[in-house]
Amino acid sequence: MAKYDKKRMNELIDGTLEFYQLKEMMSSHKDPERFEIYREVLQERVSWDDPILLPYGLHLYIVQKSDGDRIVKCDCGHEFCNYKENWKLHARIFVRDTEEKMNEIYPKLMSPDPEWQVIREYYCPNCAVQLEVEAVPPWYPIILDFEPDIDTFYKEWIKRPMPTKA
Amino acid sequence: MTKLVTDVQQKKKPIGWDGKSLKQMRKEMDEISKETGYYAGLRSLPFKETDPIRFEKIYSKLRGGVVHARETAKKVAASPIVEQEGELCFSLYSPEADSIVTSTGIIIHVGTMGAAIKFMIENEYEDNPGINDRDIFCNNDNHVGNVHTCDVHTLIPIFWEGEVIGWAGGVTHVIDTGASAPGSMPMGPVQRYDDGYQVTCRKIGQNDILSKDWLLESTRSVRAVKYWTLDEKTRIAGCHMIRDLVLDVIKEEGVDAYKQFMREIIEDGRRGFVNQVKTMLIPGKYRQASFVDVPFKDLDLPSFAKLNTIIHTPSEITVHKDAMLEIDFEGANRWGWHPFNATPVSITSGIWVMLSQTLVPNDRINDGAYYASKFGIPYGSWFNPDDIRSAHSNTWHALVAAWSPLWRGLSRSYFGRGYLEEVNAGNAHTSNWLMGGGYDQYGQLSAMNSFETSACGVGASAVQDGINHSAALWNPEGDMGDMEIWELLEPLIFLGRQVLPGSGGAGKYRGGNGWQSLRLGWGAQEWTMFLAGAGVIATDCGLMGGYPAAAGYRFQANKTNIKERIAKRLPIPLGGDVDPDYPTFEGNMEAEVIHRDRQAVSTQEEFVDYDVIMNYLRGGPGFGDPLERNPKLVESDLNEKYILLRYAEQVYGCVFTEEKGIYTVDLKATEEKRKEIGKRRIDRSVPTKEWMEGERTKILNKDAAIQVRHMYAQSFALSEKFTDEFKSFWNIPEEWMIYEEELGVPTLGAHINRFKQKK
Ligand SMILES: [Zn+2]
Repeated sequence: MAKYDKKRMNELIDGTLEFYQLKEMMSSHKDPERFEIYREVLQERVSWDDPILLPYGLHLYIVQKSDGDRIVKCDCGHEFCNYKENWKLHARIFVRDTEEKMNEIYPKLMSPDPEWQVIREYYCPNCAVQLEVEAVPPWYPIILDFEPDIDTFYKEWIKRPMPTKA
Repeated sequence: MTKLVTDVQQKKKPIGWDGKSLKQMRKEMDEISKETGYYAGLRSLPFKETDPIRFEKIYSKLRGGVVHARETAKKVAASPIVEQEGELCFSLYSPEADSIVTSTGIIIHVGTMGAAIKFMIENEYEDNPGINDRDIFCNNDNHVGNVHTCDVHTLIPIFWEGEVIGWAGGVTHVIDTGASAPGSMPMGPVQRYDDGYQVTCRKIGQNDILSKDWLLESTRSVRAVKYWTLDEKTRIAGCHMIRDLVLDVIKEEGVDAYKQFMREIIEDGRRGFVNQVKTMLIPGKYRQASFVDVPFKDLDLPSFAKLNTIIHTPSEITVHKDAMLEIDFEGANRWGWHPFNATPVSITSGIWVMLSQTLVPNDRINDGAYYASKFGIPYGSWFNPDDIRSAHSNTWHALVAAWSPLWRGLSRSYFGRGYLEEVNAGNAHTSNWLMGGGYDQYGQLSAMNSFETSACGVGASAVQDGINHSAALWNPEGDMGDMEIWELLEPLIFLGRQVLPGSGGAGKYRGGNGWQSLRLGWGAQEWTMFLAGAGVIATDCGLMGGYPAAAGYRFQANKTNIKERIAKRLPIPLGGDVDPDYPTFEGNMEAEVIHRDRQAVSTQEEFVDYDVIMNYLRGGPGFGDPLERNPKLVESDLNEKYILLRYAEQVYGCVFTEEKGIYTVDLKATEEKRKEIGKRRIDRSVPTKEWMEGERTKILNKDAAIQVRHMYAQSFALSEKFTDEFKSFWNIPEEWMIYEEELGVPTLGAHINRFKQKK
């Protein structure tokens, strides 16, 4: 079974691997220790020291605060909310609901018709990175994409202690 | 209980194992598997554990044989969809119709053929019409669990010493089934009776010979008879190869070993699936939704079908503690008078096609995985119609949209666990389907459905761009086919094939681009053409900051002056419509009718020589914020014409210098520009909760287009849970509601309605 070191993990995250290397990673049986190495590498890459419990999205992490709270946090340091809540409700939003706003992203006729569907962009209020884009009809409730069961994951699936410090 | 003499006389000897009927065997298998949680109650795998090499040898022989049968049978076919695209598949089943091994190809049919065999078992075919050695059965009935009418199944029982030891099934996507419009996925059908020739698990041959009445009736019921006939031969040849293979294995290994193998391989498949879930995923809930347009208001259809609406498919994946994978579609809206309806078997079988490309990418795909999963399929929804009149001819329109977000959901797990190489931002809506029929360039009654769709753009991953113009989620071996072959088969000449810039969703890694073909009518008589694709809607979101792939549109020109322009050596439209903001086709011809709009579904229109129609094959969604894309990759995309200059500037925030048509990115200026765009984002955006107040007011005022209100009204009528969640999210008062009846659109066939049931 394949095993990858921190160097390889950094290259994977940076997208600098050659296709043959990725192909090999895709075709091999998955390395069970991947999560721990990946988590440690990500922890080394952020500037704050709350322990990362789970990478939650590009730039987003569920972290453990010292008071026991689990918080969704951006790698810029911005803290959104408790991980059971929808971070998008604590983000900034820009809605493309006219042809003109659609045309900034897509050529004519290649965007959704805003009468049928709008595009919602969610930004980090601090670093302005675009974290998620929804394409939904008007009125659609904001989607809570992912509610991980972190305790079961650590205790019963990977059978590892929860990280307590960075 | 005493039996009447006639009962005894009429009943044949059961054909199942140990004197049981197949129906009894099916019932016992369901009971013991449910009761124990192990397939066939197998808590251990004695054969595999004591003699693993022999076990694997049998497996390899069967799997290799089934794949070989497909490859060989493919050569028998002439139909371009089968021969060029590989739209066929073979599978081997247990006597109760659980699949054991499957070939490559359109493996969605593992489930649909299984459903057909189960239908025969349930309806006691054993007694009437009888199931005998060397019988041949055919099915393509949508309501039995097929995907759509053009997927025709050949099913043959395999006997060993008077007992059914299994079934072989083969399916091909035939080019026409005599629907109200030509082609394999026609637009036009709005009821089952428009969907074409439907054969309900019928015995069509005995002693390995097709009945004459079948041959006559079936060939008189469809267009493109030559392809229909050769496709049938293809399926029978493959099934017979599989039958020979199974009998050879039994002769070598003994029937008891084969029987034990058959049970253990499925339980092994179940365990393998559970193991993959635990290795790859994170327990929890994943939510997503997809939408497809049904813009039927102005189409030439019966009045009750003429409305605009949206097919709504929310999905919630639950990865349970014990690794059970559950997918619930509660909230999906109603079936309708359009050809996009589906059956529960087709939506769940398609999920396996998808999972076999991501979560379980191995050859051990069998019904074991089915026993490790659970689906919530609302009755009355578009994929579980409560009325046999529903039409299904172009079910893929909705199915592809429904599946793609699931892949995105699973990708959140892969991302969380560090398996970044497996992340996929979603998939292309595989359209437009370009279809038509009439008397072709050889004077034969024919039909066409361009399978260029099997080469759409792939969604981006978390580490690289999606592959351009290469795949379809329903056929892992996607292939656009050779232009020269299509021109031989279809009365349409290529005026070009060209990558469509910006069709893949923008992102840190962009979605694979789609492309366009421009076709010129040539040589047909009494020919009609039409399209089916998503037009006004992007059917999938992007992932983690990436944009959705571009939506669709159509271009068609009738009664052009291209003939005269060719004679005068003037330019004519060529290639793709690479920048629809500045179109060029219209400048290079005149035409009496030009359709350039978002109406990407149309019904039959006459199509003559020198008419022009464009096929647009979609791109895949993007991953991550486009402002984080390596500027050098943007530069290369621009120079290779994968994006247009203005989007390289405004979406990717890059600044270029140009010399002789070659662009070079200015890294320093790009960094500045990206910072400015970040500032502009903050200026233009608002806190989400603030925006929600305005949106809530719109909802209270019922301020939205009718198709949007119709979509919600249908989901509200079917699902209390969706309604409650909607209202609680927006904090909407109890008395607010939208009913289908108040919208002034046809409601024929809307039976299930919790508001009416309450009254
Ligand atoms: Zn941030």
